[in-house]
Amino acid sequence: MIHIEYILIISAVMMFAGIYGFLTRRSTLAILLSIELMLNSADINFAVFNRMLFPEGHEGYLFSLFTIAIAAAESAVAIAIMINLYRMFTSIGVEKLKNMKW
Amino acid sequence: MNSQNIMFVILAVFIVLSSLATVLTKSIVRAATYLLFVLLGTAGLYFLMGYTFLGAVQVMVYAGGIIVLYVFSILLTSGRQEQLSRNTVGKVLASAALSVVGLGVFLLMLFKQNLFEQVAVLGAPSEPVGETTNSIASIGHVLLASGEQGYLLPFEAVSLLLLACIVAGLLIARKH
Amino acid sequence: MEYTLFILLLPFLSFLLLGVWGKWLSHKVAGLIGTLSLAAVTVLSYMTAWTYFTADRVGGIYETLVPYNFEWLPMGSLHFDMGIMLDPISVMMLIVISTVSLMVHIYSFGYMHGERGFQRYYAFLSLFTMSMLGLVVATNIFQMYLFWELVGVSSYLLIGFYFTTPAAIAASKKAFIVTRFADMFFLVGILIYGYYCKSFGFDFDAAGFAEGSFMLPTALVLMFIGGAGKSAMFPLHIWLPDAMEGPTPVSALIHAATMVVAGVYQIARLFPLWIQYAPESLSIVVWVGAFTAFYAAAVACAQSDIKRVLAFSTISQIAFMMVALGVCMPGHEAVIDAHGSLGYMASMFHLFTHAMFKACLFLGAGCIIHAVHSNEMSAMGGLRKYMPITHITFLISCLAIAGIPFFSGFSSKDEIITACFNYSPVVGWWMTGVAAMTAFYMFRLYFGIFWGTENKELHAHHTPHEAPLTMTLPLIVLTVITVGVGVYTTLGGFLEWGGSFGSFVTANGEDYTIHFEKQVAITSTVMAILAIALATYIYKGEKQPVADRMYAAFPRLHRWAYKRFYMDEVYQFITHRIIFARVSKPIAWFDRHIVDGFFDFLAWGTHSLSYQIRNLQSGSVQQYALVFFLGILLVVFSVLFF
Repeated sequence: MIHIEYILIISAVMMFAGIYGFLTRRSTLAILLSIELMLNSADINFAVFNRMLFPEGHEGYLFSLFTIAIAAAESAVAIAIMINLYRMFTSIGVEKLKNMKW
Repeated sequence: MNSQNIMFVILAVFIVLSSLATVLTKSIVRAATYLLFVLLGTAGLYFLMGYTFLGAVQVMVYAGGIIVLYVFSILLTSGRQEQLSRNTVGKVLASAALSVVGLGVFLLMLFKQNLFEQVAVLGAPSEPVGETTNSIASIGHVLLASGEQGYLLPFEAVSLLLLACIVAGLLIARKH
Repeated sequence: MEYTLFILLLPFLSFLLLGVWGKWLSHKVAGLIGTLSLAAVTVLSYMTAWTYFTADRVGGIYETLVPYNFEWLPMGSLHFDMGIMLDPISVMMLIVISTVSLMVHIYSFGYMHGERGFQRYYAFLSLFTMSMLGLVVATNIFQMYLFWELVGVSSYLLIGFYFTTPAAIAASKKAFIVTRFADMFFLVGILIYGYYCKSFGFDFDAAGFAEGSFMLPTALVLMFIGGAGKSAMFPLHIWLPDAMEGPTPVSALIHAATMVVAGVYQIARLFPLWIQYAPESLSIVVWVGAFTAFYAAAVACAQSDIKRVLAFSTISQIAFMMVALGVCMPGHEAVIDAHGSLGYMASMFHLFTHAMFKACLFLGAGCIIHAVHSNEMSAMGGLRKYMPITHITFLISCLAIAGIPFFSGFSSKDEIITACFNYSPVVGWWMTGVAAMTAFYMFRLYFGIFWGTENKELHAHHTPHEAPLTMTLPLIVLTVITVGVGVYTTLGGFLEWGGSFGSFVTANGEDYTIHFEKQVAITSTVMAILAIALATYIYKGEKQPVADRMYAAFPRLHRWAYKRFYMDEVYQFITHRIIFARVSKPIAWFDRHIVDGFFDFLAWGTHSLSYQIRNLQSGSVQQYALVFFLGILLVVFSVLFF
């Protein structure tokens, strides 16, 4: 018997691990990894709500799919930016990115 | 305890440990590898729930595509030498406290809702695992249907987004 | 008579054209545009005058026509109008302004030849002409004030035409500030007038006048102060001598013939009010005018700069017109009668003749300056051989201003003195004396330029030459007018012809036949001739022993007169030592330390506060995210537990 809470707990742990990573990582790529973690936990929630609460529907299922697509798109653009930044600053540390402010 | 439960426990432990390792490890390549484990574990969860197509997509796109992309870019930007998590103790402590408290609050909310009695659970063997509703054929129909239950519009929007991202990625990353 | 609108529009269009596109026009084209538009204006003015004065009189007077009028700014019961009003004095002024302005336009072709900013010069001339014409045809006092300020601006622009010369800039500022100071009183006067009499118009029979009349003397005296500023009456005269820094044709047009008589014109325009409601206040005008006339004549006797002499002569002559207006007396029941208001006619007459001969004198002075490249009499002397045309025209104009019969100045000045004798013998003799002084200093000037001690060294180095035709032609035209008007009116005065100046312009509009009082005419002529003889005796010779001995005998008097009796220094003292030091400084201190200090404190407070909190804007995304999550947590906490 797998209760819905169990899966939600897993996704919550994943989410807060992602938040912790987002707050502490200093390489922007690592921050992106943390973001992927958070996105993934959201995906799990979509799927599990759909499966457990509304088995006949498609909403959560399809939104998980879309989220995966969007995550792919986002990481492609983000990585392009990272590479560009690396060319400019020869580093992708967040400290350097403060220069973008000006 | 049936096999589903055993499988779930294994996956759960695997996912939790891997996601913690992702954010705690010092090396960025290792972090990417742990993330791959998390994603694969998530795919396992989807399989467990009977969402086989979603699990397949998760493996192909996330684990197969995105992680490879990350590893490439890490190597391109010489991330290997970069030491992670060299932060002030205050910042680490504050972040950790925030995350733990946030998790605590979330769990509190979860248990206060008292969902145990209210909703069905996964894994009753007799229960159909949504074969009819979640077959690839029916998903294809739903995705491309334009009626009330159809998802054509978000589908097209995502297509457009992907196209824009291809162009934007090329434009941003090209050499000047 | 709708075409009178073009009298204003043409110079305005020419101003716009030359002002905006002048840079791309050649000098010749720009000058031609200005001159041709002015020629058209002159033709229209003469047409207007012909039509107006050949029309039949209605009830013995020329009708006041308003061919064009529109309500511009309605303000409750009051309204500011813009329009064109034709009555004898405005039509007379149209003729004076357009004639002199046309002459100056033609003259400037030669005088300003090759100057930088030639197009700008013509643009300003057009602006000035438009404003002055607008002033004289104003249908109400507010329109008059508007154009009054516009002529002030054009005068400022033209005095400062050589804006690279510090003296010109200082002079233009001085003229502007002094006249603005006076105009402030004018404006206050207008507002009092409008407030109490419920009208800005010149139709003095309107209903509001009787009840508002108790404030009219105040309003009129305030307006007179404005007029005194514009017409350079003592003690507001100080700007006019300095205004001679502008180009000489400008001095001829603005500071001799037209703008400076605006004050006289203003009093003449409001004359019915003066006579009816404030006859006592007219004595102020008399005494200010009489003193100014004497003062300016005394100063003019000692100046060495020929344009300064002419400037002080102008002040003195305008004072004559002022006195003439002031000596008018109401008849029975405060009505205007021909005898009492002889001065009005004389004043307008003198305005007319003075404009012609003084413009001629200034333009002649311009020819001389053009020839010797200096304003100082020491650079001149003996110029009669080199510049015959200038010499003759200058001589005739000098005779006219001196008041010799058969020249125009005689007729008008004689009428003024007659009017003065009617008022009071003291004023009469006083003005006769000033007239004699006029003859003396004008001939001192004349002999100093054309005879006297020649500066041979300078003339050998650079031989003076007669000016080109464009410059001598206006001189000849103005001289012909002076002589023509002089002969006609002198004969007319002695033989008591009708159709002289009095047939066109009188205070009550009725036909008035000029006739000279024999005693007055003979006395003033004899005094003028004596003064000329004295000037001839002192200044004609190559050596001037008498003049030298006089300088030696009265060095202090000469020095005082030369320094214009230190009026500028008095102003300097009042403004700097008293107003600036005692009044402005404390106010400035208050402003700098209290008012500014308060705002400085506000700025300092804001600045230091933002300096304290600017660390929040670190630019570090992670810090922002931390705060963001903290916020979310707080919201969740508050939702959960409260």
